Amino acid sequence: MNRTKIALSLTAALAFIPMVSSAGTLENVIKKGELNCGVSTGIPGFSATNSKGVWEGIDVDFCKAIASAVLGNADKVKYIPLTAKERFTALQSGEIDVLVRSSTWTSSRDTSLGLNFAGVNYYDGQGFLINKKLGISSAKELDGATFCIQAGTTTELNLTDYFKSQKMEYKAVTYDTSGQTIDGFKKGRCDAVTSDASQLYGLRLKMDDPNSVMVLPEIISKEPLGPVVRQGDDDWFNIVRWTLFAALEAEELGITTANVDAQMKSDNPSVKRLLGTSGDAGASLGLDAKWAYTMIKQVGNYGEMFDRNVGKDSPLNIDRGLNKLWNQGGLMYPMPIR
Amino acid sequence: MSNPPSAPTNSVSFFNNPKNRAIIFQVFALGLVVFLAYYFANNMFANIEARGIETGFSFLDQVAGFGISQTLVEYDDGSSTYSRVFLVGILNTLLVSGIAIFFTTILGLLIGIGRLSSNFLIAKLSMVYVETFRNIPILLQILFWYNVVLAALPSPRQSLSYFGEYFLNNRGFLMPKPILEDNSGYILAAFIIACIGVYFLARWAIKRHDDTGEEFPIFSVGGAIIILAPVLVYFIAGQPISSEVPELKGFNFKGGWVIIPELLALAFALSIYTATYIAEAVRAGIESVPKGQKEAANSLGLKEHVILRKVILPQALRVIIPPVINQYLNLVKNSSLATAIGYPEIVTLFSGTTLNQVGQAIEIILMTMAVYLLFSIVISLLLNWVNAKMEIKGR
Repeated sequence: MNRTKIALSLTAALAFIPMVSSAGTLENVIKKGELNCGVSTGIPGFSATNSKGVWEGIDVDFCKAIASAVLGNADKVKYIPLTAKERFTALQSGEIDVLVRSSTWTSSRDTSLGLNFAGVNYYDGQGFLINKKLGISSAKELDGATFCIQAGTTTELNLTDYFKSQKMEYKAVTYDTSGQTIDGFKKGRCDAVTSDASQLYGLRLKMDDPNSVMVLPEIISKEPLGPVVRQGDDDWFNIVRWTLFAALEAEELGITTANVDAQMKSDNPSVKRLLGTSGDAGASLGLDAKWAYTMIKQVGNYGEMFDRNVGKDSPLNIDRGLNKLWNQGGLMYPMPIR
Repeated sequence: MSNPPSAPTNSVSFFNNPKNRAIIFQVFALGLVVFLAYYFANNMFANIEARGIETGFSFLDQVAGFGISQTLVEYDDGSSTYSRVFLVGILNTLLVSGIAIFFTTILGLLIGIGRLSSNFLIAKLSMVYVETFRNIPILLQILFWYNVVLAALPSPRQSLSYFGEYFLNNRGFLMPKPILEDNSGYILAAFIIACIGVYFLARWAIKRHDDTGEEFPIFSVGGAIIILAPVLVYFIAGQPISSEVPELKGFNFKGGWVIIPELLALAFALSIYTATYIAEAVRAGIESVPKGQKEAANSLGLKEHVILRKVILPQALRVIIPPVINQYLNLVKNSSLATAIGYPEIVTLFSGTTLNQVGQAIEIILMTMAVYLLFSIVISLLLNWVNAKMEIKGR
């Protein structure tokens, strides 16, 4: 089984390699000429393969952003699909260089797994998907319901918290992958699916008749999703973190894939520092001066990633809500590049 | 007169003595293995430490905080710890393995005997059964039966209802939960006394059979005593067991006992699959008994079923038991495939959910492996003991 394999390889990696220093992910990636990026086994809008077998999604775009900043080519990514249960072990064992798999940033994950969250690329919250036949309109009416959940998620824990606080009862049927979870729901094994709200919209589209189900209005938790790296490799951590900030900064400055070439001639000092026509942001990160230019040229700014994968230009059509930039009422706030 | 030459002392030097050499080499080899094991373990922990990953088993005392769809012991998703999750997982594995072993043994025995039947239809049907289910991977069978179970059963509101107290729907099979009141201890006492009584009755019946050759219908009489005695006491003591009937409340049933569909599907698939192998072991065992045995029994005028029970099977069992041990072991290990359909056994719960919530892969996988090792060793020892009892004695 895959999980056991990863655990064994972790044991082997840790047992046989004599005191490896955990630094050097950047050198490794450059040497391989490829970024090993851990993604999901299929969450529409975040990381999933399309009908041609090509990986797509906002998380996939972030993998591409890192690859273009580091290697200068957004296609030099090897996508490694992982279930929720396997993801952190795969990162610990060094099988992947970065994990971009809608993972919630929590204190225990940040402190006890030997991992660090490099930022937040999607602010999410947990919601409920129900069959309209149940005839309810609020999560408060879910007393006694059975839920299909994916194993190894914060979802499992939030559900307990919510039902305890509401003094209601529930039953949970726990599956391995999101595919099995929605399958159980389709076949009527459970009354509702609970997961991050963004995923529920994707799962809804997978139903035979998307209009027979609905997402309840309640959001019961905070789910800041972000990229994760191994603890102790600060150089690599900085690269991942600032790639995210650069994508946000580009949106704030109005730099897009289409106009980035024209922007190279801009006089705006912020634009010049971001695109590397002045300052040494790239060199300090150990990257090319044009790292952000390459990324924007090949992948786009944060807003473009959002719109084409989960936002208004995608079938999911999710409102940007909390994921708007800070100056438009959202929570996305890039630290200044200078 | 010179002294006679002393008896040739062992002139070989210490290191050239083959005995000493063997010991030296073995000590050396053992030392190397121990050193390597220590080196690797040490290295591993140093690396884990350096990467800031937590180690140790203190996570077992942390509150788990997630729901489990089937728990045989008390489990509260708000306050039970990971060690309780571990226990719940072990018990759920034992439950499904126990149920499947029980049914697969009966089914395997019947099919195995059926394959040797002189009735054409029974023999061929048994053969088709074995060849079909033996040749489909067990994981596919589990998924198939799970989907069949879910697809065939109605939703809770359209439950199939039996006697108004038993319900079948896609949430499982619901039945009344017995609630013990005062005086219910008498019923248990009656049951135990009946069992002891039947034990002595059986010993008497065997002795009489040995002495006089007369048969005593110990199965029907014994069974009747064990069932009737507690029932009689139940009515005498004033019916001290009431039941909590499952009730449709809102959109689900509440109360009562429920057998979840994952358990049904898994136990069913494991029984069906393993029975094919047991059937083949049974067939091999029976065919290993020389033909003359059956002919001799026939010529004594024994009935067919008596021949099977008293002449063929006791001899065949010696051949049957060793391969059957293997199949039981396989069944227990195969139960870990439950992770595909969400039955909460040890792999799903512990090296699945718990591993992800805690993140200590090495400790958790080691604990899970230890559980399976323990199960396997216990089953082996148990059946080896049975095997030893069955062996031909004094020849």
